[in-house]
Amino acid sequence: MKTNRITECSNWVLARFPLSKLWNEHMAHYYAPKNFNFWYFFGSLALLVLVNQFVTGILLTMNYKPDAKLAFDSVEYIMRDVNWGWLVRYMHSTGASAFFIVVYLHMFRGLIYGSYKQPRELIWIFGMLLFLALMAEAFMGYLLPWGQMSYWGAQVIISLFSAIPFIGDDLSLWIRGDYVVSDATLNRFFAFHVIAVPLVLVMLVFLHIVALHEVGSNNPDGIEIKKTKDANGIPLDGIPFHPYYTVKDLVGVGVFLIFFATIIFYLPEVGGFFLESDNFIPADPLRTPEHIAPLWYFTPFYAILRAIPDKFAGVIAMFGSIAVLFILPWLDRSPIKSVRYRGGIFKKALFVLVVSFIALGYLGTQPVTPTGTIFSRIFTLGYFGFFLLMPIYSRWEKAKPLPTRLTEQPALEDHLPALKEVFDEMTVLKAVTNPDDMKSFYGSTMLRRRPNPKGILRVMGRVTKKIKASLD
Amino acid sequence: MNTEGVNESKRQFLTSALTVVGAVGTGYLAVPFLAQMQPSVKAMAAGAPVEVDLSKMEPGQLIRVAWRGKPVWILNRTKAVLETLKTLEDQLSDPHSRDSIQPTTSKNSLRAIKPEIFVAVGLCTHFGCSPTFRPEIAPNDLGADWKGGFFCPCHGSRFDLAGRVYRGVPAPTNLEIPPHHYVKDTLLVIGETTEGEAA
Repeated sequence: MKTNRITECSNWVLARFPLSKLWNEHMAHYYAPKNFNFWYFFGSLALLVLVNQFVTGILLTMNYKPDAKLAFDSVEYIMRDVNWGWLVRYMHSTGASAFFIVVYLHMFRGLIYGSYKQPRELIWIFGMLLFLALMAEAFMGYLLPWGQMSYWGAQVIISLFSAIPFIGDDLSLWIRGDYVVSDATLNRFFAFHVIAVPLVLVMLVFLHIVALHEVGSNNPDGIEIKKTKDANGIPLDGIPFHPYYTVKDLVGVGVFLIFFATIIFYLPEVGGFFLESDNFIPADPLRTPEHIAPLWYFTPFYAILRAIPDKFAGVIAMFGSIAVLFILPWLDRSPIKSVRYRGGIFKKALFVLVVSFIALGYLGTQPVTPTGTIFSRIFTLGYFGFFLLMPIYSRWEKAKPLPTRLTEQPALEDHLPALKEVFDEMTVLKAVTNPDDMKSFYGSTMLRRRPNPKGILRVMGRVTKKIKASLD
Repeated sequence: MNTEGVNESKRQFLTSALTVVGAVGTGYLAVPFLAQMQPSVKAMAAGAPVEVDLSKMEPGQLIRVAWRGKPVWILNRTKAVLETLKTLEDQLSDPHSRDSIQPTTSKNSLRAIKPEIFVAVGLCTHFGCSPTFRPEIAPNDLGADWKGGFFCPCHGSRFDLAGRVYRGVPAPTNLEIPPHHYVKDTLLVIGETTEGEAA
């Protein structure tokens, strides 16, 4: 009798809402390639961080005051007097940086396995719009604590728009709502940060996932699993997203939370990288801090801005460095998706991009020096070179033959015996000869592991050769 | 569905007409929505002139006052500084302030009404950071060529003590000089050029 009641209820719902159809389409009968590796954790982690930002953000608005006179003190009030306020605030501030770490790794995954290529161009474009909205969200959120860095960071970024010819000054005035960054600016940034941009983010996430589930996920081999199906029309190399990947992603979530919690509890400021020290000083419109830099996730683009000596050209280069990502699917002329089967020239170009991006990120945190500017220019060239020369070098590429089915890669634990051998080669066991040491062991022979310089050199030589070979 | 006797062209016309009217209406609605983000009447009124008493200023001293929320610097320049300023012209990108913003009363080589009193908006013309006041000659971090001036820590722009920008730095023009005039010898008004004539 009782079961019948439950069945009746569920039937009543199912007749009115396609619950089981949605579940099957997107979870239980959504077939994902079976060879997802480490890089495939970051999509679901981005979703987790988004949820974290929503929950902690809503809690923060309960005590935050979007008023130039009250904002700074209300954040300190949250940190000191609100129950667990420090935890909620640190979860939100660390979540912002975690979001960018996860998203940058997620984008890098797309880059190495060619997930932006036909037929997934729209997924990539929705993703890039998400990245743009995320940057706007982070920038506007950073003004809210109303510290020195909040204030002068906003002043510089809004001034970027004033570099646009003809309409620039009116545009930046319109964005600020005042002649300088002021209470009006703070209030509207609060509105955007709390309502407008989060709504856009949620809608874009929805579009990103709808587009993904239409064409299906790419994979580390970069071949379409839908090409080989069994008698029932199910891809032979596919496994249902639920339970296989829901469970696998849970492991990713667990590992991520270990890192996340460590930062929240032990180093929430990460030495000025996640929260800058100057932002613990209330905003002073009459004095700029000695050294101003944006938070780490904007520094690569900021370094590009500073590398160009002309105001307008600098702004163009900075926005161009993001715009170029949008057209990536059409810059790449190689039909091969995964880096595993692409030619050496692509791997070398990718290497240049990664080095340039990290180096620009570092240079953007440093004060301006003539040497720094020269290096910024070199790495800016490296960054743009990867994208703008792509139509040329991706055509020359000598690709390796593609497999028809997904390949097996050795798992992490399969590498362990080889790693132990390398460790043995790099170290040597020596008997302890110091007689003072010997006393405590009552004459028994004591062996100690010491680094073996010859072995280390041999290993390093092999590693260099391997890296060189893997870039060919 | 029964499509007999449907006047297709009439239906098409009505659809287009409605689309156009709807678009115009949306356009009209966008005006107040976008315009309400412009500075409010209150924000515009806050640009009232500021009076500054200069009688207690010492030579070489810089004071900061807020006008329209912006930092305004008033610098008392010494004779030595004025001499140095005359020698810098060939290193500057706009020595005669042709492309820079200043009231006509300050459009001269020293960019001031009175040579010794220099008034300027303390925001870099690049991206609006407030440059630091570095009057010392040849400090370690700025190099041996430094003759005293303003240095912007954000992007490394350099200005001399008349707010004139050096060549080869990101800032495009000299520091802006706000409208100002003297009511008495030692009483400065920032925000209007002569009595009652606001900027």
